[in-house]
Amino acid sequence: MKKVLLAVAVAAATGTVFAQANDTIAKVKASGVVTMGVRDSSGALSYTLGDGKYAGFHYELCQRIIANLEKSAGKKLEVKYLPVTSQNRIPLVQNGTVDIECGSTTNNATRQKDVAFAVTTYVEEVRIAVKAASGINSLAQLNGKNVATTTGTTSVQLLRKHERAANVDFKEVFGKDHADSFLMLESGRADAFVMDGQILAGNIATAKNPADYKIVGETISVEPIAIMLRKDDPAFKKLADDTLKDLMKSGEIAKIYDKWFVQPIPPKNTKVGLPASEATKSAWNNPNDKPVEEYLKK
Amino acid sequence: MAWDWQVFCRNTTEGTIEPGCWAKGGDITYLEWMVHAWGWTLSVAVCAWVVAVVVGALVGTARTLPNSPWLVRLANAWVELFRNIPILVQLFIWYFVVPKLFPLFQQVPGFLLVVFALGFFTSARIAEQVRAGVQALPRGQRYAGMAMGFTTAQTYRYVILPMAFRIILPPLTSESMNLLKNSSVAFAVSIAELTMFAMQAQEETSRGIEVYLAVTALYALSAFTVNRVFAFIEKKVQIPGFIVAGGTGGH
Repeated sequence: MKKVLLAVAVAAATGTVFAQANDTIAKVKASGVVTMGVRDSSGALSYTLGDGKYAGFHYELCQRIIANLEKSAGKKLEVKYLPVTSQNRIPLVQNGTVDIECGSTTNNATRQKDVAFAVTTYVEEVRIAVKAASGINSLAQLNGKNVATTTGTTSVQLLRKHERAANVDFKEVFGKDHADSFLMLESGRADAFVMDGQILAGNIATAKNPADYKIVGETISVEPIAIMLRKDDPAFKKLADDTLKDLMKSGEIAKIYDKWFVQPIPPKNTKVGLPASEATKSAWNNPNDKPVEEYLKK
Repeated sequence: MAWDWQVFCRNTTEGTIEPGCWAKGGDITYLEWMVHAWGWTLSVAVCAWVVAVVVGALVGTARTLPNSPWLVRLANAWVELFRNIPILVQLFIWYFVVPKLFPLFQQVPGFLLVVFALGFFTSARIAEQVRAGVQALPRGQRYAGMAMGFTTAQTYRYVILPMAFRIILPPLTSESMNLLKNSSVAFAVSIAELTMFAMQAQEETSRGIEVYLAVTALYALSAFTVNRVFAFIEKKVQIPGFIVAGGTGGH
């Protein structure tokens, strides 16, 4: 056991050493390689097309940032894609394996201690998906029902808080990933699926009969979602922020958003059908990298 | 990176540190949650172990019966079916596919389905060991039983199985430890066991290394306990001069 602890301690120490070498621009200039963290199934924000190809709203924004990174590095960069998960994305950014993470990471105060975030590009609303025929229209109606959510997401904690505050007593069931959670709703193992609105919309869009499901009820929480970067690298953060702020100022970001969330998208040419929310638009009008805690204070 | 073991004393709703690591008034701390999750892991493992040993012994015995070719074939089919499909796939079949085909199963709690999935998967492997154990016995033992005028059932009950089980105790120990570790797949169908706790708690607290180390220690401790219990049983049931105590110098 002592040896194991030692090995882990060494690994942790190496992590710290890497984290100190955090001038991304100099690093990619020297290596000619930039590693982008992507997600396999984060709805229209970042998803795989199969065959090692990725797509999505955040994926495209990251491409813009990398284009500018190439300009400032003064050479063409080879972009490597590394699929990350909820569990490993933060350590991978910290230890330098991933230079820029373009999945669907909530910007919160705890994470800001370990990593940095570019300005918020998308404000997620946590909502409830149910079967259209179920008659459920609000959170209060979930009393005594089975509610599915996905292991390793912040929705679980939100749900738990809400349950305590509102005295709504429901049974939590957990899916291994979003597809599992949706399968629970589909197969009747759960009466509702509580998750980020765009993930719900995405899953419904690709369901066998999208009309069988609907998103209902109050917004349980809002969460600023942002592109994740290494901490203490002001030059690269400025480059990423400036790229995004330019897109926001010119209004181009709305067009990119529209392309992924309103228009039909590959591979099946289905529509997510989720126009930009007021919260998202306001994040574009006043670019900021505030954590979720600041949003909830209001 | 600095350690933060206090993370286990935080409560799971507000994240504030509770005195004594034990929350009051409906809240729970991560420590309490972990202990609870450990309980689920052990419950799944113990229940599945009972299913696995009972079914494994029956199927394994059936495979060695001298005059029942159809029972042997049926038992062979059982072993091949449950041994050749990955455990995670079997779990999903029980959890999502079976209830779709047989609506009756929709009322069965997920816990039982996991116990059956894990139990049957392991039963195929134990059946194989039981068969090997029975076949490892000298033929004379069976003949001795017959010479005593025993029926087949009595021969198995009094002569063959007691010896066979002694022979297979070492692989059975490994299998039981594997079963405990395999129970981690239960997280995939929303059993709140240790693996799920680890994935969820590290997401909520961002203290993944501490959480995974603690969970690793609990798994190691549990599996090692199984190992010691079996070592004790092995010692208690050994027959001097036979198999284990033979000239091979232990195993």
